[in-house]
Amino acid sequence: MSAIETTLNHRIDTPSRRSKLHPLKFAMYVGLGSLVMMFIALTSAYIVRRASGNWLEFSIPTIFYVNTLVIVVSSLTLHAAYGAFKREAERAYRALLSVTFLLGLAFLILQYMGWQELAAQGIPLKINPAGDFVYAISWLHALHVVGGVAALLVSVAFAYGIKLRRTPARQLRLELTLIYWHFVDALWIYLILFLSLQR
Amino acid sequence: MAPLKREEALIEEFGYDDHFHDHHHGDKYQSNFVSHYIFSMDHKMIAKQFLITGMFWAIIGAVMSLIFRMQLGFPEESLAWLKPLLGKWITVNSEGIGTLQQDFYYALVTMHGTILVFFVLTAGLSGTFSNLLIPLMIGARDMASPLLNMLSYWFFFVSGTIMFASLFLSTGPFAGGWVAYPPLSALPQAMDGSGAGMTLWTISLVLLVVSLLLGGINYITTVLNLRTKGMSMWRLPLPIWAFFVTAILGLLSFPVLTSAFFLLMLDRGIGTSFYLSDIYIGGAALDHVGGSPILYQHLFWFLGHPEVYIIILPAFGIVSEVLSVNSRKPIFGYQAMVFSILAIAFLAFIVWAHHMFMSGINPFIANFFVIFTLIIAVPSAVKVFNWIATLYGGNIRFNPASLFAIGFVSMFISGGLTGIWLGNSALDIQLHDTYFVVAHFHIVMGVAAFFGMYSGIYHWFPKMYGRFMNDTLGKVHFWGTMIGAYCVFWPMHYLGMAGVPRRYYSFDSFQTFGHFDGMNKFITIAAIITFGFQLLFVINYFWSIWRGRKMTTKNPYNANTLEWTTPIEVGHGNWPGKLPTVQRWAYDYSKDGIDHISQVQPIMEGESVDH
Repeated sequence: MSAIETTLNHRIDTPSRRSKLHPLKFAMYVGLGSLVMMFIALTSAYIVRRASGNWLEFSIPTIFYVNTLVIVVSSLTLHAAYGAFKREAERAYRALLSVTFLLGLAFLILQYMGWQELAAQGIPLKINPAGDFVYAISWLHALHVVGGVAALLVSVAFAYGIKLRRTPARQLRLELTLIYWHFVDALWIYLILFLSLQR
Repeated sequence: MAPLKREEALIEEFGYDDHFHDHHHGDKYQSNFVSHYIFSMDHKMIAKQFLITGMFWAIIGAVMSLIFRMQLGFPEESLAWLKPLLGKWITVNSEGIGTLQQDFYYALVTMHGTILVFFVLTAGLSGTFSNLLIPLMIGARDMASPLLNMLSYWFFFVSGTIMFASLFLSTGPFAGGWVAYPPLSALPQAMDGSGAGMTLWTISLVLLVVSLLLGGINYITTVLNLRTKGMSMWRLPLPIWAFFVTAILGLLSFPVLTSAFFLLMLDRGIGTSFYLSDIYIGGAALDHVGGSPILYQHLFWFLGHPEVYIIILPAFGIVSEVLSVNSRKPIFGYQAMVFSILAIAFLAFIVWAHHMFMSGINPFIANFFVIFTLIIAVPSAVKVFNWIATLYGGNIRFNPASLFAIGFVSMFISGGLTGIWLGNSALDIQLHDTYFVVAHFHIVMGVAAFFGMYSGIYHWFPKMYGRFMNDTLGKVHFWGTMIGAYCVFWPMHYLGMAGVPRRYYSFDSFQTFGHFDGMNKFITIAAIITFGFQLLFVINYFWSIWRGRKMTTKNPYNANTLEWTTPIEVGHGNWPGKLPTVQRWAYDYSKDGIDHISQVQPIMEGESVDH
């Protein structure tokens, strides 16, 4: 039994718990709160720096907007996969999970292309903090997407490796992945809105 | 009135049965040496790991301070005898006179600050007591995620190893001050320590942040989700409130530091200009344009100020508990204590720029920060008066734990009052970056937090090891530290008021500070003696683990909190059978003529009901 499962089984029926929310899910939300702070710090730094002048005006490459669509769709497919998991529909679960994983990879590749397009537009790195902030913020976001894609890869491996059974431990693990993936999705929507409105 | 029953009988009768099987988990968690002592997932073992690692760092940080104090107190004396320890950082001239290299002096000052702030008083203090006490005091089997808890320690360990390795670089560790302001931190060519030393410093601190976040997530989740039956938030012992709020502060502020470091790394690594502009090194202009070093200061101090409360809040909690137990009185103003912790935590986030009054920020904005800074005096004073009121009329037991708790209150008052001076932006024109600042923060968060930590260690040592620390040695340790610390830091106020700047290697070329030579000598001697008393503590600690007086009863202090209802040798899962059910708050001391009433004791017939 893995350590995480020990925790799960040990906790799952502890009625001393205050809420219906599983402690590990709660912990996930708390952790995401700290990630929110990290990006709030960066976007605040952006606002402060922008206000002090010497700021290059340019428009965000279209590819970033297209990519927003990609990650939103990936969130939807993951949610559908979660539905399939709950119905124990193994084929649909495997397919939807794989699609989500591929969309996650696609997002990373498209982000890379976005950075290249930004440079081609005449905003390479080191020209002006206005551009550097776009790079820095989207890099840090992409780094968190890499973590999400890694988690999805593990889920895909499990989905194909063992027969689908709806156990509390597996459901919780999937839910944690789901929460995190929705988070990086929502985070990107915030960032793209911020970056296109705070020009 | 019904007679008081023993705690174990009460737990048997009213406790909650969660079908916990001791031996099953015992096998998993404590089967062999590695899983018991090294990669342990038991919160009590992890607490000891944090504590002993913290002690290791405290000794290194303190020795560093002694070395630079010798330079400050006795600049003429030969330091050649330190050559075996410091090697090339001591240059010995033809007459055999050894002097400390100036660059290394800065490295020592920087590392002393980094180590004490982050490794000892943040990771060491909160890591130790949050881990030890949260599950024990709220009646939980362990943390919400023992795995994350273990990772928290090991991230701390790896972070420490990297910082330790940086001490041995040929270019020396980072030397640009513990705040790591750019440009010294952002340009590898700025000075020797800004190269590999700074790279390791940054990596180490990012890993430390990961450790603190993993720990903090766990503390918050555990307090909110795993409290035992009957343990409402308003029945939590004060240390738990303090650890809980500390964790929230860390969780909201450390990510901001990570962001600051992220941009700093980009400036260093790939040559962006977030923090750099118009800099000349060796006569040549660098091509960094358009950055702002002030931006880094804002981001840094947005963590940096909450950080001082992250350091001091756990000490608040520990001291409240120890004072109440040892004066046999309920803590005075329990709710006021909680609300003042919350108020301090809230204010912590809107005062950061008082560290930047002299950085060229708008004086009108500075006014805003002055006002909020001074308002912090209100909740702090509430706490101080409550501690004093708790002691007032109490039947005080003077043991090392309570002495350190009382000493804490003294230090917190002395250091807190100078905070009111420094919070004024006008006074800061004279006082900023002087020894007045050094005196202020060493007393109010350095020494005071250490006192809180010592108080906690002496008090809960029996819970950790089943033995007591030596009382006499503890008292000697207390008086030596109390007097010594005042001798070290009190004179610094006078230096500071006269304008003596901190971080300077030597004052040879300042005629005006010449008359402080004697005072500097005195401070150095006092520091060395005070350090000697700390060694006494270390000896006492390790001696007592194996040779200390054995604990014979579960509840040696006649305390009310749940940790004293666990067996003397606490196994994994903390309570062998049922979990205790909580019936009342933690501070029913000397109530209705009864010395103490445990939290597991149901409200008795005829009992007065003020809580």
